[in-house]
Amino acid sequence: MDRIPILRMGPFLLVTIQTDLYDRLALSLEADLVQMVSKTGARGVLIDISAQSIVDSFMGRIIGNIASMCKILDAETVVVGMQPAVAITLIELGLELKGVYTALNVERGMELLQSKITLPTEDTEEEE
Amino acid sequence: MIISLSKETVEVIKEQDTIFLRNRIKECATKAGMGLVNQTKLITAASELARNMLRYGGGGSVQVEIVSKGKENGIRLAFIDKGPGIADIPLAMKDGYSTGKSLGLGLPGAKRLVSEFDIKSKVGEGTVITILKWKNG
Repeated sequence: MDRIPILRMGPFLLVTIQTDLYDRLALSLEADLVQMVSKTGARGVLIDISAQSIVDSFMGRIIGNIASMCKILDAETVVVGMQPAVAITLIELGLELKGVYTALNVERGMELLQSKITLPTEDTEEEE
Repeated sequence: MIISLSKETVEVIKEQDTIFLRNRIKECATKAGMGLVNQTKLITAASELARNMLRYGGGGSVQVEIVSKGKENGIRLAFIDKGPGIADIPLAMKDGYSTGKSLGLGLPGAKRLVSEFDIKSKVGEGTVITILKWKNG
């Protein structure tokens, strides 16, 4: 079965969804990501959906689920790169992606993630 | 009067088929001169209906048509399954109602995204949902 690669970058996990998603693939991404957060102790997850030409209610729900699950595991989720046409369609469809952080591109998404978490190194610096 | 300019049928039996369906619709919509936003709305609606057809109707087929009415072009899609049918259509069309574990946005959401929406269903025989999106609609 196809799998979407998850990259580790410092305290964050990076996912770029390059292929067209079908439901089972989205579900396995959800499971893989939550496993990875737990295994690596990642503090943030960045999901790049710039290659996705559509996001329907199922994929929207999966994105929301990933954010909620990661939150419980103490990791923040940012979705980046949504195409304007996808944003228009999502709102008309009735899906607001409540509780999911979004950013325009990967760069801003990383900034947002960094601002959301206090890295352990910064903590020790403060203690010193 | 609506004239059909081209017609083809795509079978949707397993999940991966929906990706092929989306690509075919995109090609037809581009051929009809539809802009990106309307294409995205149409394909999203089709994705919702294809999922419903797989989940509740046991799969089926989709007729993809390029249609024309006067100077306006559009895409008409008919989702045909021989599943159990829908007993209460007004209830199924309600936002947030689902017999599965989903958000219940599929049918009403798809309706909001297209120009015309028609649903016919007979319990025990199957369901036909037809949607139409005008190029500039």
